[in-house]
Amino acid sequence: MAGSEPEGVGRRKFLKEAAAGAAGMAGAAGAAGAAESAPARHDHDHDHQVVPDDIALRVRALESILVEKEMIDPADLDAVVDAYENRIGPRNGAQIVARAWTDPEYRARLLADGTAAIGEFGFLGAQGEHMVVVENTAEIHNLVVCTLCSCYPWPTLGLPPVWYKSAPYRARAVIEPRAVLREFGVDLPDDVEVRVWDSTAEIRYLVLPERPAGTEGLTEEQLAELVTRDSMIGVARVAAPRESAQ
Amino acid sequence: MNGIHDMGGMDGMGPVEPEENEPVFHETWEGRVYGLGRSIARWGRGRNWGSFRFALESLPPADYLRMSYYERWFTVHVNRLLGSDLVTQDELDSGYADASRPRPELLPPAANRGLGSGLLDVEVTARFGPDDEVRARNLHPRGHTRLPRYTRGRRGTVIRDNGVYALQDTDGNGQRLGDFPQHVYTVRFTAQELWGDRSSARDSVYVDLWEGYLEPA
Repeated sequence: MAGSEPEGVGRRKFLKEAAAGAAGMAGAAGAAGAAESAPARHDHDHDHQVVPDDIALRVRALESILVEKEMIDPADLDAVVDAYENRIGPRNGAQIVARAWTDPEYRARLLADGTAAIGEFGFLGAQGEHMVVVENTAEIHNLVVCTLCSCYPWPTLGLPPVWYKSAPYRARAVIEPRAVLREFGVDLPDDVEVRVWDSTAEIRYLVLPERPAGTEGLTEEQLAELVTRDSMIGVARVAAPRESAQ
Repeated sequence: MNGIHDMGGMDGMGPVEPEENEPVFHETWEGRVYGLGRSIARWGRGRNWGSFRFALESLPPADYLRMSYYERWFTVHVNRLLGSDLVTQDELDSGYADASRPRPELLPPAANRGLGSGLLDVEVTARFGPDDEVRARNLHPRGHTRLPRYTRGRRGTVIRDNGVYALQDTDGNGQRLGDFPQHVYTVRFTAQELWGDRSSARDSVYVDLWEGYLEPA
């Protein structure tokens, strides 16, 4: 579902309209979603309605209150959102992987000291201060999870997808990784060893996936295009160009 | 704490459901909640907010499972702001700051702020080293801990010493126990040590554990 908060509507008007019958929600959310989430009990017009029990409105109310109190600057929130929506994401990790595939010396440095080798690209920072890179091969398949929480290498992969933070993945990745992998389309033969990395402390893990066959002629940039987020978590393989085009 | 968050090895959670082309934030409010967490952190100084992780883990289990990820975060943000009287319930209900209340003031950091969560450049003797056989201690603290339940009492092998980190564990109120800088080891547990014959004899689970969680095996 797309963002449900219309832009350019003043907060007071927004809350009032929302409380009066979800008119303020009508934007991208669609009438059905709005009708479900915004109670219609406050249809009178005064300045102190109870904010409807809708998370989007409650968040907006809290942010507005904190801004009024001069406790936060909304521009700081804008900057953080922009960074993770537009700059810090799995394209960073893909560059690391493509370099490792094309430069054996870099690959050796990456596996020996992930933090230093990733630091060559500048992709360190919050939740990526101490990196370990594990390599998938024909014999060994690595998979990363955080059973206790949602720990994930932000500078190289961005913020984690919902499934990574979800109860099913956190519960099952450690006890039945092969079943989880099958659901992702990776059916491992019995003779492949599975290593699950539970990110319980401050070390964050990045999987170096196997380079697919048939990519010998590709440039580093073209290789990076093939590398998916899921392959760097370890729940997918990198598909060769012909496969990925299908 | 032995909370719902400590999920490793549980059954009954259903299939993993990946989403094609998932956006970073599904809705605008999720990004705002994420950003709020960073922006309000300084207001917790001197106000005993304690561990964010512990606050999440302390949500009632049924709520924890029902709520989305950022809804949990938002709930903790609100609980902290209300608990510190930085925001009142009336303000949240109305959507307006109460102009009659004094402006909140930033407090100085606590005198003993302790060490950060990152790798520390301090000399601490390592009790274990690579290839040492260890056992995860059978600890059940009431506070936050990074020792997953599924490892407790299980035998494993140290494969790497990751250096020295401050302990992040808390007491039952979410307050850090203290720095206790110590080595953090990556310990390999065979899947069958953890899960018996439900697992392949080839497979292993690697867990990063503070030295105090371990004893010689």
